[in-house]
Amino acid sequence: MNELALALFASETGTHLVRPPTGGRWREFLRRFDEQRELARLAAGGFRFVGRGEPEFPALLRSIHDPPPGLFVRGDAEPDLLARSAVAIVGARACSGYGASVARSLGRDLAAAGLVVVSGLARGIDGEAHRGALEAGGPTVAVLGCGIDRDYPAAHAELARRVAAVGLVVSEYAPGVEPAPWRFPARNRIVAGLCAATVVVEARERSGALITADLALEEGREVFAVPGEITSSLSSGTNTLLKLGASPLTGAPDVLSSFGIEPEPPAAADVSPAAASLLELVRMSPAGADALARQSGLDAGEVARALVELELGGLVVAAEGLYRPLAT
Amino acid sequence: MLARAVTHALVGLEPRRVDVEAHVRDGLPGFAIVGLADKACQEARERVRSGIAAAELSFPQGRITVNLAPAELRKEGSGFDLPIALAVLAASEQLPRAALARSAAVGELALDGRLRRVGGVLAVAEGARRLGLERLLCPAESAREAALAGVAAIPVRHLAEAVAYLRGELDPDPPPEPPAPAPEEAAADLAEVRGQERARRALELAAAGGHNLLLAGPPGTGKTMLARRLPGILPPLDGEAALEVTRIHSVAGLVDGEQPLVVRPPFRAPHHSASTAAIVGGGPRLGPGEASLAHRGVLLLDELAEFQRPALEALRQPLEDGFVSVARAAGRVVFPARFQLIATMNLCPCGGRGDPAAECSCSPQRLARYRDKLSRALIDRFDLVVALPRARADELAAAPGEASSLVRQRVVAARQLLAERAPPRDAAADELLRRAADRLHLSGRGYARVGRVARTIAALAGADGVRPEHLAEALAYRSPEELGP
Repeated sequence: MNELALALFASETGTHLVRPPTGGRWREFLRRFDEQRELARLAAGGFRFVGRGEPEFPALLRSIHDPPPGLFVRGDAEPDLLARSAVAIVGARACSGYGASVARSLGRDLAAAGLVVVSGLARGIDGEAHRGALEAGGPTVAVLGCGIDRDYPAAHAELARRVAAVGLVVSEYAPGVEPAPWRFPARNRIVAGLCAATVVVEARERSGALITADLALEEGREVFAVPGEITSSLSSGTNTLLKLGASPLTGAPDVLSSFGIEPEPPAAADVSPAAASLLELVRMSPAGADALARQSGLDAGEVARALVELELGGLVVAAEGLYRPLAT
Repeated sequence: MLARAVTHALVGLEPRRVDVEAHVRDGLPGFAIVGLADKACQEARERVRSGIAAAELSFPQGRITVNLAPAELRKEGSGFDLPIALAVLAASEQLPRAALARSAAVGELALDGRLRRVGGVLAVAEGARRLGLERLLCPAESAREAALAGVAAIPVRHLAEAVAYLRGELDPDPPPEPPAPAPEEAAADLAEVRGQERARRALELAAAGGHNLLLAGPPGTGKTMLARRLPGILPPLDGEAALEVTRIHSVAGLVDGEQPLVVRPPFRAPHHSASTAAIVGGGPRLGPGEASLAHRGVLLLDELAEFQRPALEALRQPLEDGFVSVARAAGRVVFPARFQLIATMNLCPCGGRGDPAAECSCSPQRLARYRDKLSRALIDRFDLVVALPRARADELAAAPGEASSLVRQRVVAARQLLAERAPPRDAAADELLRRAADRLHLSGRGYARVGRVARTIAALAGADGVRPEHLAEALAYRSPEELGP
């Protein structure tokens, strides 16, 4: 069986194929198919193809019940990156500042510990997870729901470029395939399939991230959910997952220990007394600079200095005027 | 008979000499104005005719031709009424031609012969001074304004008065007294703002360093209230700047007859529906826009993301160069526009973002569209960006803040220090800036902005150099990533 032919045929006909179909159209396609020409065309675009039968194809993904015929790949990393221990970080596109900062710091800490962070390059949680991993200098894998030559969403074209520079961008779809709503759930099975563990950071009820979690559960992979406020609709999906038995995630060490990685004890923060007192306040509840000034008794200039010190030290993150601690 | 009066037409802010020639000859009665005069200027015929009658002078019988020279220059507005009337009267020998040739004149006539003020008298007066004319006849209400240019301004209330004066029958009123110093107007005071320490601090920095400031946050956090208090902490305009601002405001017809000299930095807050021409100037009459009216003052763009994108993009030239150059079929003019920009915006179209009590209901696409309206190039022009979270109840019960007058003293001192010698950055501060640029992904422009703000912080602190603590504070006002595209 020629996997490249099957992948191109599935992309061309917009069908979800695990095995070669029977029918005249497929036979006609095979008759016209010229492997050397297709490979040359892919190479000209800077893409590679990893077939399901090749040794480089990740074993975890091969073991799901409907693995793709193969993956189109772009990026500077070797395709064996896909076989390394990987964790998926997924969640809502319209996330809150809290969700964004959790995704970012998880991406950073997990990548720093040597795991490959896999996500879907979408806005919101996905993008933050990729950015966090890039910050830690770790390789990260973006799985697209459209042709490998497309940057979707367009706003993340630059992020895709950065991902490809140190990691991989992969897709089961051949160049030229347009993004379509039904392709994203299909993409999610690859995100879940590549990883031994999936982390859902923030999700509403009926979110695409929950599809990823369901697929991971079906394949018997570990699923983590980040607990959120019970009153926030952005956390209703993750809280439901917890109710159903997902592991609660309160920090990167939770994931690391499931991989058997001994988390490094957090280094004691070496910061000025003013910064230390603000860090303590922020850890109690995220706050704006003014509230912190009032609680700490420092003036606006001193608070600004101490908060920048904490930001540079990677201990807090600012979003929409509120400062939050980064999970340790 | 031929007679000539002198006045000025304005091209932008520039006065151009216009000779008003009147010729009366025998023939069928008629009155024609030639020389590229616009509609308002053509209508001078009716006002002049009835004004002369009201002054109990005789409107000449015969054929009257008025030529406004140079003929290729467009003449607009009603300020030509007085010189036209005087030239017609001189051509019909009702007043001495020699006296008229030594004066410039400007003003609109009412049907009963009284004079009404027009815009741009200051620029006309400056033109007269440059030509070496002895005096300028102008509406009485504009006399103080004309006197600012250093010419002998003859206040005229009625056409009959101007004629009597030129005939030597009437001594002119004593030149108008120099305007008394403007009383400190009760502007909005910073003391009324409770809490909001960071935004107050940013406002003070903006005033001291002339930085552009963006306040972002959910509705009801006091963004506009704070922004409106910036002019109150700016130092007053000095002599040359005040004259410059007055000239622009005069052309727009905004000066106060009693207190013509604008000594407080102007404050302009155009509505977000404003057109590009309204913001940067232009339009059929090539007048100054809001950006120029805010010259040496403050331009407030409330709800920045609601403005039309072309209007915002047009602001990039004045923000960079300090002037607006408008080219139209009618010609090309340059208006000064060195203003300080202060803007407010919500973090998302529904306003729920940044407010812990509300939930944002915007779709990612809607949010992206909202933020895409602001190009990176425009966001980059803001040295200071402050995100205001919603104040909590206890914050609203805080004691009133410092009064504007106290803040202004510090601002004036810091400005003086910055003007004398900008504090240099020490090595430790350089090192911190490099580290921060790396860690926080500062762009090249962002790097320079943080350096500028740090200099202002050092000057406000009275320090002789920019030290790491000044730089650290400056980093807190950088533009956050979430406002990026």
